[in-house]
Amino acid sequence: MTRSDSTISARYAGVVGNFVLEVAFAAPMRGITALFGPSGCGKTTILRCVAGLTRLPGRLVVGAEVWQDDEAATFRRPYERSIGYVFQEASLFAHLSVRRNLLYGRRRALKAGAQEHIRLEDVVALLGIGHLLDRATGALSGGERQRVALARALLAQPRLLLMDEPLSALDRMTKEEILPYFEALHTSLAIPVLYVTHDIGEIERLADHVVLLEAGRVVAAGPLGEVFADSRLPVARAAQAATVLEARVGPFLAADGLTSLDVDGEALLSPGRLGAEGSIYRVRIAASDVSLAIERPSLTTILNILPVRVADVEPLSEAQVNVLVTIGHRDGGRKLLVRVTRRAQRLLGIHPGQDMYAQIKAVSLVASSSRQLAPAGPDREVLDGPKTGAFVSRRGGPQKGTL
Amino acid sequence: MPELEELWSPIRLTLALASITTIVLLVLGTPIAWWLARSSARGKEAVAAVVALPLVLPPTVLGFYLLMALGPNGPGGWIGSLFGLRSLAFTFEGLVIGSVIYSMPFVVQPIRIAFEAFGDRPLEVAATLRASPWDAFWTVAVPLARPGFMTGAVLGFAHTVGEFGVVLMIGGNIPGETKVLSVAIYDYVESLQWAQAHILAAGMLAFSFVVILAMIVIEKRIARPGI
Repeated sequence: MTRSDSTISARYAGVVGNFVLEVAFAAPMRGITALFGPSGCGKTTILRCVAGLTRLPGRLVVGAEVWQDDEAATFRRPYERSIGYVFQEASLFAHLSVRRNLLYGRRRALKAGAQEHIRLEDVVALLGIGHLLDRATGALSGGERQRVALARALLAQPRLLLMDEPLSALDRMTKEEILPYFEALHTSLAIPVLYVTHDIGEIERLADHVVLLEAGRVVAAGPLGEVFADSRLPVARAAQAATVLEARVGPFLAADGLTSLDVDGEALLSPGRLGAEGSIYRVRIAASDVSLAIERPSLTTILNILPVRVADVEPLSEAQVNVLVTIGHRDGGRKLLVRVTRRAQRLLGIHPGQDMYAQIKAVSLVASSSRQLAPAGPDREVLDGPKTGAFVSRRGGPQKGTL
Repeated sequence: MPELEELWSPIRLTLALASITTIVLLVLGTPIAWWLARSSARGKEAVAAVVALPLVLPPTVLGFYLLMALGPNGPGGWIGSLFGLRSLAFTFEGLVIGSVIYSMPFVVQPIRIAFEAFGDRPLEVAATLRASPWDAFWTVAVPLARPGFMTGAVLGFAHTVGEFGVVLMIGGNIPGETKVLSVAIYDYVESLQWAQAHILAAGMLAFSFVVILAMIVIEKRIARPGI
């Protein structure tokens, strides 16, 4: 498999209405890539272009297949692209039962020669919609409708799943009800996802890669950890800027009631019993919940102290700076964003290359994840495996807790 | 007691005319309604106006032009000559052509509205589920527009049954060929045959009531979609 076989590369330049779109980005053929930006930045238009529903001049290559190439006059129409599309509103067919909605795309995909990677029973079990199969679509709740829409898209045996703000039309409660199912998708399917959203919480929970958009242009693109830690970008400058890291659950320390988490080779302690040893969680560390010290603090109530190396100092406002550090007194550790005052930065003389200690006041668990945020290793067959074993039964529920 | 066959002939003729007209209109009207609902062509509303013209045109005016068109010197006469007829006027075939034009808006309009009502989304969804436009038309658009088809068919049928002016102009009253119900009633009244006029008029009244009732029931049913 060459590199180009494992990426989606898109380039579009054109005008929709009075809106100019000019984007180029690449996304890996695995995991969830979020197209993120404010309303009106063109993210939905891009998704529609990838689906072929909107046609803008450009080029789109998905794996080894060219779906659009204006120079070669290639344009696959939407029904010739192996996609699944989940719209903002579930858009179920009102004249069909849930079951017939689910089978609509499946039958056509199989007829078009697709292999059945995703079976009805598996999707129904994964999304918990077994009891809905014989209902009319009008009788479903908002959350149920969106789950059925996702199942319907998955059963079309897509090579690429496109999701256009699938949660934004839902209320908060329903969102919380659905997110675990999306995480299950994240952990158990081999299908790459392009996920449009303007909700940073959804990205922290779901995304592996981020394409940051603004006014019809790509501002930044890359792995979640890289993009969110880039101080020149608005996400890292926002008041609620945070770092998302992955943590492997270690032993439970019964005497203290704490669970040990392994984050990039360093141990963090977190209250409560956090599930099976070895399972992987995403943790979110708010930049303002981290402080820096020159020497390892000893007389402190804060348990979580990590050795870090300063990578970058970026002025933020009159009073504050963002300090980007990497974990460990070495190069190449995971990035962690720290928000400190300018005064503290000046008094301590914080500068790139300096070894320091980060005190972390709070770690929140955002999601369970059976895979890594980092680029693929050899042990990723569940994700990259072509057919059998595309599903695993394990599903971690959402757990949120602050230390 | 009036002779049964004399009464029965216009009824049979009317039902045949209305049925054939409705079928022709569903076949012709559906693509027109689809085009009017979904095209962004500039001349679209002009075509829509032409289709709707019979709504406002006096039937005698329409009938006059149809008579010219169907007569021996019009295109209808030419077409008729291919089948060994001198003209299509005063024939059953001519009546079908006239009725199709006259009842067209009653069929096209409800179907167009039904096609417009569900918007682009269901068709986009179908496309992302690997359905070609032709496939999506039959499996998504037509089922979703079912109420429009029902309404259009019922209205087209009923309107054809009730037409009078156009029939009189292009059909006359040849028994068994062009003498439909409405013309028959008129004839009976003209010749003071009140009993016959009563029977046919009462039959029409009952028929119209049943049609309206059926439409209401159908719409209610559709409003509660089944599985």
